[in-house]
Amino acid sequence: MRHYLNPTVANLPPSGIRKFFDLVATMEGIISLGVGEPDFVTPWTVRESGIFSLEQGQTMYTSNSGLLELRQELTRYLAKTQGLMYNPETEILVTVGASEAVDLAMRALLSPGDIVLVPDPSYVSYGPCATLAGAGVRYVPTRADQDFRLRVEDLERVYSPEAKLLVLSYPNNPTGAIMTREDLLPIARFAAEHDLLILSDEIYSDLTYQGTHTAFAALPGMRDRTLHLSGFSKSYAMTGWRIGYAAGHADLIQAMTRIHQYTILCAPITAQVAAIEALRAAEQAKREMVETYDHRRRLMVHGLREMGLSCFEPLGAFYVFPDITATGLSEEDFAEQLLHEEKVAVVPGTAFGPSGKGHVRCSYAYSTEQLEEALERISRFVKGRL
Amino acid sequence: MLSEQDRRLLKLLEQDCRLTPQELSIQTGLSVEHIATRIHEWEKEKVIVQYRPLINWDRTGDEKVSALIDVKVLPQRGFGFDKIARRLQKFAEIKAVYLISGGYDLSLLIEGRTMQEVALFVAEKLAPLEHVQSTATHFVLRRYKQDGVELTGGDETPQRLMVSP
Repeated sequence: MRHYLNPTVANLPPSGIRKFFDLVATMEGIISLGVGEPDFVTPWTVRESGIFSLEQGQTMYTSNSGLLELRQELTRYLAKTQGLMYNPETEILVTVGASEAVDLAMRALLSPGDIVLVPDPSYVSYGPCATLAGAGVRYVPTRADQDFRLRVEDLERVYSPEAKLLVLSYPNNPTGAIMTREDLLPIARFAAEHDLLILSDEIYSDLTYQGTHTAFAALPGMRDRTLHLSGFSKSYAMTGWRIGYAAGHADLIQAMTRIHQYTILCAPITAQVAAIEALRAAEQAKREMVETYDHRRRLMVHGLREMGLSCFEPLGAFYVFPDITATGLSEEDFAEQLLHEEKVAVVPGTAFGPSGKGHVRCSYAYSTEQLEEALERISRFVKGRL
Repeated sequence: MLSEQDRRLLKLLEQDCRLTPQELSIQTGLSVEHIATRIHEWEKEKVIVQYRPLINWDRTGDEKVSALIDVKVLPQRGFGFDKIARRLQKFAEIKAVYLISGGYDLSLLIEGRTMQEVALFVAEKLAPLEHVQSTATHFVLRRYKQDGVELTGGDETPQRLMVSP
């Protein structure tokens, strides 16, 4: 069958995380710090509104762009929390998770010959989506000694005139790095200078633990150059609902909606109704979850540093990204041996790009008890190797 | 006004009062000394009243009965409901006393070993008290949630994937 496949798809490497997932799946008694989703269940009021909508028989398609009521709530939310102004009728598209929006944006914008700049390490789907859209990908390495922030110097090193789109994903998965307004301003100047469009995936924006999150689109002159992506998965613990959104220039949103219309039609109505409730009534629940993540974050950084691993302080998302080179092991060997010897699963940093070398991603979306147990096991593992 | 830091500390303690100042310091980034001082002050000010576990007695097999009792009271001139409330709170059987709005004035939580014992307490001690006009006793049949903690039905943890991007 293989020779029938589209060569682009056939040659697409499987996600680096897949191999590790298969390995973990064969074992028992594992404490996994390998999960990229909240351990909380969606707040009850949100679940309840989904259930009620089903009882009421809300089981139909919605408009392609999503329920207008949800788009209106989203524009209010974006204005209130990040100072972003969008027209709910023409500039917002509700998608099946922010990941659908990544795919739509790439397909709507890119043609063969175009180049997409992607920070490295970062979430696994940007590169492959660009490849599927026929474009080339250049990874922009970021480094631990720069707190994994993206800098103009790094961009300049890989930039070429075919570059059309720059992906930003801060707070970052897997590093937990954030970019402050001051960090972002030079990037904005660079984008304007080189006429780059920005795909800013800000799915973790609510999980920022120091200062306030700055939306890239809120920077001077960046609104129409930026496609702002986010969703409900991380902030409201709604990963399985698959509900996200894109906000940006009407022309781009319209083009994305056209693809969405032919492929997805609309995001599931139950999830859309629940998302409305999340925006209206789950603010307090969200705040409490963020607070809890913040406590765990400190616990993890402290624990990893105590055992002698170097670990930069992540200020966003729910990951720590310690440097494990002091153990003399590669990130792959570290993850594999830790799994076999102490039954703790972490993800090798290179699953998120070559710059993840020498690091592993540990999620702290777990209870304090689980984290403490995991830290104890990792400490035992590291002890003999430092 | 409670500061954000203080509110966080109290909430952490409310969830788990066994956390030491060291552990609290790791989780909040505040210094151990500051936390220890603050806790000491709260103990003195009776902001922190007691440290104790939330026990689900239903799971121990120990016989125990509780009842919520609404009480209608004649308020006393110069004292309102305080005098009678302070008198009621002295009974060891009464675990909680609330002044409430609505058709009744006070709400009590009473614990005893048997229904008989609780009923006798109401008939012999509570109802005959001067100023008590009437009572309505509601026996607790099952405890689903207490102090913000679900006691039943929360045991099954939904499965997440072991590894996900």
